[in-house]
Amino acid sequence: MATFKNQTRHVPAISTASLPDIVFMLLFFFMTVTTMKDTDLFVENQLPSASEVSKLDKKDRVIQIYVGKPKAELLSRYGTEPLIQVGEKIVQMDALRTYLLEEISKRPEELRNYLTVSLKADKEVKVGIVTDIKKELQQLNLLKINYTSIEDPS
Amino acid sequence: MPRRKGAPEVNAGSMADIAFLLLIFFLVTTTIETDAGLDRMLPPIEPPDTDVVIRQKNIFTVNINKNGQLLVEDGLMDLKELRKAATAFLENNADGSCAYCKGKKDPASSDNPTKAIISLKNDRETKYSTYITVQNELVGAYNDLRNREAQRLYKQDFTVMEQDYLNPETPSSVRDDLKDKVKRIQDMFPQKLSEAETSTN
Repeated sequence: MATFKNQTRHVPAISTASLPDIVFMLLFFFMTVTTMKDTDLFVENQLPSASEVSKLDKKDRVIQIYVGKPKAELLSRYGTEPLIQVGEKIVQMDALRTYLLEEISKRPEELRNYLTVSLKADKEVKVGIVTDIKKELQQLNLLKINYTSIEDPS
Repeated sequence: MPRRKGAPEVNAGSMADIAFLLLIFFLVTTTIETDAGLDRMLPPIEPPDTDVVIRQKNIFTVNINKNGQLLVEDGLMDLKELRKAATAFLENNADGSCAYCKGKKDPASSDNPTKAIISLKNDRETKYSTYITVQNELVGAYNDLRNREAQRLYKQDFTVMEQDYLNPETPSSVRDDLKDKVKRIQDMFPQKLSEAETSTN
């Protein structure tokens, strides 16, 4: 009995030896899920600001189209006219439809009717090119669009 | 002095601190980015089967030229006044069938909110930022009216209700409740914003 009492008198120190392991595990988790940027942009993309915006979550049903002038270092290659970037490449207006069809077929079938196109156009582009894109979207029956802009609560 | 056998043990006590430091750094810099923007529906490409006759007084035409100037109902207008003008047009209520409207009942303007259409036309050379600003003001006019009615009926802003409704994290019981309310407000001021073909001259 006496020996039993002796044992319980001192609470043994909790071993913190595995703490680094736990923390490293968390660290690696965050390091792997952190994505700094989705895509490398070849075009200028200063979004316009708007106040009446709605959030665009559910990334699996969003197709993104970037429109803008080529970045300064690519000006010699592409000229100064606004370009369309989809995914990781620059496409011409006539190739846009092929890309969009490809993109639609990649999505799960049950989501295909709910796809939203996020139009990320630079402030400085003319509406003409955006109108042309919208006509293409109409042809493909992608009617839900989102003029992506920076939220400006004023 | 006897030779030491093997390297001395490295003290790993501060490892946790280092790891925590890194962890906190990544926690802070991680931003799960969500985009936001103006939602619009494009008109379907096939024309409707029946020709709908719309009276001119039910259409609120907004024209943007390539210099970013606004022509609203045949008059030059400043961007700041657009929202007010659009709001006045939407709830004008000329035929008196809209009980919740506070408009002037001007017989030369729209009959009621369900018939009122805003038609936005633009030049191909218009700057995109101007175009978005104008769209923003027009959507803002709808949101102002919807917010007003939502405040009156449910003591809550429509934009907040809609956001909660669309948010997948809201419990489904709340969502079902919101669905009817959102639908009701949307029906009170249906968003009829037509983007006509752009002029090419």
